[in-house]
Amino acid sequence: MRTKTKTIKNSPGIQRKHRGKVLFLMILPFLLLNFLFAYFPLHGWAYAFFDYRPPLKLSQCDFVGWKWFRMLFSNPTQLSQLWQVMVNTFAMSLLGIATSILPLFFAVFLNEIKCKRFKSVTQTLTTIPNFISWILVYSVAFSLFSNSGMVNTLLQNLGIVEAPVKFLDSDKHTWLSMILWSNWKGLGWNAIMYLAAIAGIDMELYEAAKIDGAGRFKLMRYITIPELLPTFFVLLMLSVANFLNNGVDQYFVFQNAFNKNHIQVLDLYVYNIGMTGKSQSLATAISIMKSGVSITLLTVVNFISKRLRGESII
Amino acid sequence: MKKKKSSRADLIFNIINYTVFGIFTLLCVYPFYYLIINTISANDLSANGSIIFWPKGMHFENYIEVLKLKGLMPAALISLGRTVLGTACTVLASSFLGFAFTQQYLWKRKVWYRILVASMYFNAGLIPMYLTMNTLHLTNNFFVYIIPVIVQPFNIILVKTYVESLPISLQEAAEIDGAGVMTVFLKVILPTSTPILATIAIFSAVGQWNSFQDTLIYITDQKLYSLQYLLYQYINQANSLATMIRSSGGGTAVDMAALATRQTPTSIRMTVSVIVVLPILFVYPIFQRYFVKGIMIGSVKG
Repeated sequence: MRTKTKTIKNSPGIQRKHRGKVLFLMILPFLLLNFLFAYFPLHGWAYAFFDYRPPLKLSQCDFVGWKWFRMLFSNPTQLSQLWQVMVNTFAMSLLGIATSILPLFFAVFLNEIKCKRFKSVTQTLTTIPNFISWILVYSVAFSLFSNSGMVNTLLQNLGIVEAPVKFLDSDKHTWLSMILWSNWKGLGWNAIMYLAAIAGIDMELYEAAKIDGAGRFKLMRYITIPELLPTFFVLLMLSVANFLNNGVDQYFVFQNAFNKNHIQVLDLYVYNIGMTGKSQSLATAISIMKSGVSITLLTVVNFISKRLRGESII
Repeated sequence: MKKKKSSRADLIFNIINYTVFGIFTLLCVYPFYYLIINTISANDLSANGSIIFWPKGMHFENYIEVLKLKGLMPAALISLGRTVLGTACTVLASSFLGFAFTQQYLWKRKVWYRILVASMYFNAGLIPMYLTMNTLHLTNNFFVYIIPVIVQPFNIILVKTYVESLPISLQEAAEIDGAGVMTVFLKVILPTSTPILATIAIFSAVGQWNSFQDTLIYITDQKLYSLQYLLYQYINQANSLATMIRSSGGGTAVDMAALATRQTPTSIRMTVSVIVVLPILFVYPIFQRYFVKGIMIGSVKG
């Protein structure tokens, strides 16, 4: 018990208990909000076991048990669709993980720039794209890469291509363009964490290495990069845990009739069949399985992290 | 000899390094510059993508015309409203809860805190969320932008970590002077936690301004569209909008001057985009240090 309670005359224990209850009542409304928007929606998982038709109440719909789950894996068209969606999801997540090393190098090389002004201007300007919405990114993409956009006009004027190149409304290189856009948006921002980590490296390490005759490249290779690896590892683990969570925004704005086949990741698929395709029970069934896999991944990743680094990531 | 070699390698490395960063920086900035110069250029030129380096045939008709578009002003008000109100609510709730969870005497403190934190790691999914909002009468309701985001566990963790790093003597001194919980929170904790609260405010304001998924899922009433969602609609419907504006502008004879200021799908799309992005571009440099601070605090937590 802290000393301050001694100043209170009448039975400090009870006083303290009373204060605790009062404070609890103050935060109770917020706890209820959290319950309402995080825990209460879980009751909706029940819809995956019914043949839910929107205007009706759940009690008026047929209970179908595991029908939707079975249908995902038994119906051949459904299965091939789901397969393609999973391939897309894996592709985007793997490409995302593969390019997640780029911010590290971005930070290491930016740190090598000695001109302070250039460095801070670069850092400021490259983080801007992170703060605009995906709709704006799409607007930018449309302005530059549509048939009458700047890039096609330029290519045609220079005589490099005859007809405009279909950058957006074709199914060619969909994955590549998606990963390029997400890197355009996120690279500068994601590097900030590494830049902060570099600022925290003990300068004595560098001094000692310099005395031993290490040059600039050796310092990068043997000090800066190894010092950043723990941060990289944590982020890598988190992206593995989020393997199935690509998010909807980016893929939603870029999707069209042409590229749908290769752009539909799991989150977008759930949106498409749930909100526009109106098969809400099936969408819920997929959500449930996705949650199951995600939580398993998180647990596994956390276990690995504990084993390797003695620290949990959650 | 050896030194000379390494300095040459140094030089080559520097040249490549500066060039690559220069190019990437340009790639990040140019699209915004491109949008801006195109909105103030002759519309017949911007429509075929020939404004590349600087504006040609400067005029500001586009902004005047676009501001007259039906739905734009209401959407701007919605976006502004949700950004201001949503941010205020999130910051207040996060600061109070973050503070409350540092108070050892809080009844069943650890239980509530764990429940709160655990909710970060799962998500009911799209349809269950939609059905919940429907049950709560939040679909087609402005408060769907505000109420669900008031309590955000991550922000609460940030504040809690920050308050725990403050010297405990501050609070003890106030309590000896007879201050109650609310007084301690308002007079001691709030003023000393401004850095972290500013960070949360900026992040949530940017999030609110940029959000469009909630409009997409929960809103069908056009009066409640946010600016972002309206922009999305404009991108998809720019063709029909241009005809609408053109036909309402009356049937004057087509001469070169009219052609330059006549609304095209491109001009409308770009002008609305600039209107949507400008607040971010203005606010960004001022608050950049808070962004950086925020991500560092977040990373310390790990």
